[in-house]
Amino acid sequence: MFALEFPPIEDLVRWRGLMFKGTAFEVNKVVLLMWAAVAIVTLLFWGASRNKGLIPTGVQNIVESGVEFVHRDIILQTMGPEGMAWAPLLVTMFFFIFITNIFEVIPGIQFPVNARMALPAFMALLVWVIFNYVGIKSQGLGGYFKSVMFPPGVPKALLILVAPIEFLSTFLVRPFSLAVRLFANMLAGHLLLVTFAVLAAALFTKSALAVILPLPFVMLILLTGFEILVAGLQAFIFTILTAVYIGGAMHPEH
Amino acid sequence: MQLLAQTNPDEFLKGLGAIGAGIGYGAAAIGPGIGIGIVVGNAITAMARQPESAGMVRTTMFLGIAFTEALALIGFVVFILLKFT
Repeated sequence: MFALEFPPIEDLVRWRGLMFKGTAFEVNKVVLLMWAAVAIVTLLFWGASRNKGLIPTGVQNIVESGVEFVHRDIILQTMGPEGMAWAPLLVTMFFFIFITNIFEVIPGIQFPVNARMALPAFMALLVWVIFNYVGIKSQGLGGYFKSVMFPPGVPKALLILVAPIEFLSTFLVRPFSLAVRLFANMLAGHLLLVTFAVLAAALFTKSALAVILPLPFVMLILLTGFEILVAGLQAFIFTILTAVYIGGAMHPEH
Repeated sequence: MQLLAQTNPDEFLKGLGAIGAGIGYGAAAIGPGIGIGIVVGNAITAMARQPESAGMVRTTMFLGIAFTEALALIGFVVFILLKFT
């Protein structure tokens, strides 16, 4: 139909190696984008703090509103004032994920780094290590496992069922779902954009079918807007879940 | 059985995989769809009743959506794995 050929998925997410081909350190477009994201975040914060003014201008405006957003809507809502010590981690995380996601809609780049599993998986592992460390440090090893596996208020007879479920959901499902959520959202968004772009390109002909070209094209534009929203939302959700996990590990439930 | 004997078994298995992937993702989307509807609907009710608590409700709503949505996304990943590998 429409002489439409959808490219195989390998072509959409796998990129040619540019340097160190065949080794574990192969550099391709995804790695370059990751480096670019690190550089952009570093430059943003460096530029914002270089000459601080009482009245923020330019880049300082962007960074200050971002930092304030993380303070007000993420940390205070989930961890309370004592979570402010975690602000540097969470702010960096928010900006880094947002910039790696927003590459999805930037013309000429159009690839979200997080559509490859590596970066979300690494960040989820990092979060896993951090919240377990915080939990063991603030509650002790036994106390932490006790508060994870035996939530208060559960009838004694149910504990035999609840304890393994809570253990699995905290130590296995949490990092897995954290990584998969970010990865699958960005991959799905990328596939959606590719689908409508391929459709629009296939209809860009002289045949009579070209009359329906505006439909996929308008859809592509609308979806680009939607993906900008998703990029921000996923960065927000990853950061807020990190905050919730760390906050929950600091204090036992009661 | 007649049909089975005629088709190439590799192609046949691939087709079965594609059918399974489609049905599997469709089924995986039902529960989270209902769940997200309930979460957001109740959040809107709460915001309408107490507009001053809208900020807190919104944060919690996004958390609830994130947890509910995870199942649909795992379904999506299974779909990708079945279809493309």
